[in-house]
Amino acid sequence: MKIGVFICHCGSNIGATVDCAAVAKAALAYPDVVYAVDTMYTCSEPGQASIVEAIKENGLDGVVVASCSPRMHEPTFRRTVERAGLNRYMFEMANIREHVSWIGRDVEANTNKASELVRLAVEKLRRNAPLYAKQFDVTKRVLVIGGGVAGIQAALDAAEGGIGVVMVERESTIGGKMAKLDKTFPTIDCSSCVLAPKMVDVAQNPNITLYAHSEVESISGFVGNYTVKIRKRATYVDWDKCTGCGTCTEKCPSKNVPDAFNEGISTCRAINIPFPQAIPKKATINPDYCRKIKEGKCGVCAKMCPTGAIVYDMVDEIVEEKVGAIIAATGYDLVDWKVYGEYGYGTYPDVITSLQYERMMSASGPTAGHIHRPSDGMEPRNIVFIQCVGSRDRSIDRPYCSGFCCMYTAKQAIMTKDHLPDAQAFVFYMDIRAPGKMYDEFTRRAQEDYGVQYIRGRVSAIQPTVRPDGKVGYIVRGADTLLGSPVEVDADMVVLAVGVEGSKGAGHLAETLRISYDHYGFFMESHVKLRPVETNTAGVFLAGVCQGPKDIPASVAQGSAAAAKVMALFSKPKLENDPQVSVVDIKRCVDCGKCIRTCPYQAIEEVEFRGVRKAHVIETVCQGCGVCTATCPQGAIQVSHFTDNQLLAEVNALCQF
Amino acid sequence: MSNTRLDQARDLDFKRQVEKESGQNLSACYQCGKCTAGCPGAQFYDRQVSQIMRAVQMGLKEEALKNRSLWLCLSCSTCSSRCPNGIDVAAVMETLRSMARREGWVQDRPIESFWKAFLDTVKYTGRSYELGVMADFMGRTLRGWGNVEIAPQALLKNKMPFVPSLIHGRYEVARIFTRYAEKRR
Repeated sequence: MKIGVFICHCGSNIGATVDCAAVAKAALAYPDVVYAVDTMYTCSEPGQASIVEAIKENGLDGVVVASCSPRMHEPTFRRTVERAGLNRYMFEMANIREHVSWIGRDVEANTNKASELVRLAVEKLRRNAPLYAKQFDVTKRVLVIGGGVAGIQAALDAAEGGIGVVMVERESTIGGKMAKLDKTFPTIDCSSCVLAPKMVDVAQNPNITLYAHSEVESISGFVGNYTVKIRKRATYVDWDKCTGCGTCTEKCPSKNVPDAFNEGISTCRAINIPFPQAIPKKATINPDYCRKIKEGKCGVCAKMCPTGAIVYDMVDEIVEEKVGAIIAATGYDLVDWKVYGEYGYGTYPDVITSLQYERMMSASGPTAGHIHRPSDGMEPRNIVFIQCVGSRDRSIDRPYCSGFCCMYTAKQAIMTKDHLPDAQAFVFYMDIRAPGKMYDEFTRRAQEDYGVQYIRGRVSAIQPTVRPDGKVGYIVRGADTLLGSPVEVDADMVVLAVGVEGSKGAGHLAETLRISYDHYGFFMESHVKLRPVETNTAGVFLAGVCQGPKDIPASVAQGSAAAAKVMALFSKPKLENDPQVSVVDIKRCVDCGKCIRTCPYQAIEEVEFRGVRKAHVIETVCQGCGVCTATCPQGAIQVSHFTDNQLLAEVNALCQF
Repeated sequence: MSNTRLDQARDLDFKRQVEKESGQNLSACYQCGKCTAGCPGAQFYDRQVSQIMRAVQMGLKEEALKNRSLWLCLSCSTCSSRCPNGIDVAAVMETLRSMARREGWVQDRPIESFWKAFLDTVKYTGRSYELGVMADFMGRTLRGWGNVEIAPQALLKNKMPFVPSLIHGRYEVARIFTRYAEKRR
């Protein structure tokens, strides 16, 4: 075997603390190495060309590049050796940057360590064998989890591209948080006017199958071939028969049900359609409040329903769908702001969240767009907005900025002045974060054109008081840090710009999808800058706030991006597997079945071989995780490219003495 | 107000010293002002507590130490409990008081005298002794009958006994003071 070794300087990244020429010289002494050289930038075009040239001139069978982490450039160099006619797996990489030059200053020690890592790579390469990918079929359908604006955009774009879409939405209607909003910044256009047509498109698109009031139960399989079990939670209404006429919701006698769509500021009936533009516009019974389901007495809705759609004994149903890719678009929930004692632990009726205020301002909301404070219905004169509630607050373990609160607070303050021109709006802020097209201008408009009073400082306490006229007021104690003094406002109503965190249950879903998630319930992208839509699980993509706080334009853009990623994945007639998969040595296999039971991908089956039963790996299903190798008592199952012999050769190369 | 030359005026050793003595990370403060907003003494301060934190952050020693606010601070710790960055602001104020005394920059002598008077009674009786504090304070400040109008009511309610109640471990308490003084030396 003839091996060529290339030691990269990476400019001064490696060259400054490793004597690359000495490493190359040392490499020449290793077995089978016939060519070794140090180069300035191996990944550059001339660098790669020199590898191709060396392979051709010296008839090399394999190449070692000692440079950076394989994460970024292993694929680069594999393509390079392939261009020179070698198999892409006849290549090894030694990481002498992250593992050597960046972590030590001692040139001699660094040079020694780099030389040893190169020796290790050479010993591994001597035992490498060419590997070839297998092709497999792809189910060209995509599962979109979450029907908010990001999921809707992803579904519509994918459906437009001719891909079948399965959309699963937890609530009884799609639309997500955007459907709850009154207006959107920075144009103040009506949220439902721009969203509703897209929701209707989802319902009408023949390529989209919508499961509302449903959740993902389990997922098995791998990129290109996922099997998804979807739990259709009981609605107690036969949606095939329900016409959405709303008669049941008018007649239901159980009236004191907290209205989840209106964020609890009003009540609805036990059988309910969330809002007029709901998609699907079907009624759902809340079993916790339905008298018929709880007490067995009532049945008014069943009597009133003109189509006989009510089914009190409905149970959850599990349906199975086959898809080739998954887009998670599960959005967000508000941080639990009721931990703040200084803001009343959620007990002051007129201290509400921004989403509740949004429902109050919405024409389709419970107050038909009139701003009345919840406690006594008074039209407020002084409204205080407090920003960063549950954002940028280490004391409650939410140190991050929720991103879009500055903008929606400005919008809500403007809308307040629009609804109630005589009212005063006060905004307590820490910093105004408005990086976006027409965003900063928008916050300036709030102050310059609408006279919203911005005060730079956090609020320390809200104290309820009774005014001389007997009405309740709320003394908001803050500080104006620019003025350098404490300030107070006697407010009629306080709106909290509550920060966001990953949607409830996001962690559980991430585990089902086998993707990573952070401490705050946000899903982890594959690379924070260069792969923001992908996850580290092939075939699973992210869209919207489930990946991190973002506003509507960014969520829509990421929805489209996720759809584009899926379309690129599906553009090939067949997918190729990674050939670094397990292989069974039939002579050693004793058919104990341990590998079959431990395989997390169901990639191992039993086959008959000359009358004896043996384990067999389905190569296109195996993900090369190596669990079977660790389990096999016979050492009969080995992951190609990471066999015991290869790993032991690496260990021996390091421990020679 | 003077123009501060930041390239020359910043005393970062001072900031490090405050951080070391108080055990708090002053860099964590992002100047939201929540400490000032909740401070019950803020209306009497000549420099707000958030501004004092800022002065320490920037290493402006005089600005941080030469003010009456340090001496008006009630040590109620509302600032600490509200700080979104978990800084024990009251502990920083305490550190600054101690530093101001060492520098001889105490801006409110009577309050300092009251503290000394109070600690003296603790030293000798093991706990507070109101009449002793009053007498000691009057002696130190040569102030006459400042709050004497509350005396009758306090006497009636037995809040101001003539005889100090001495606790068993008062010598041990006194040793704490001696040990601290030795350590300071």
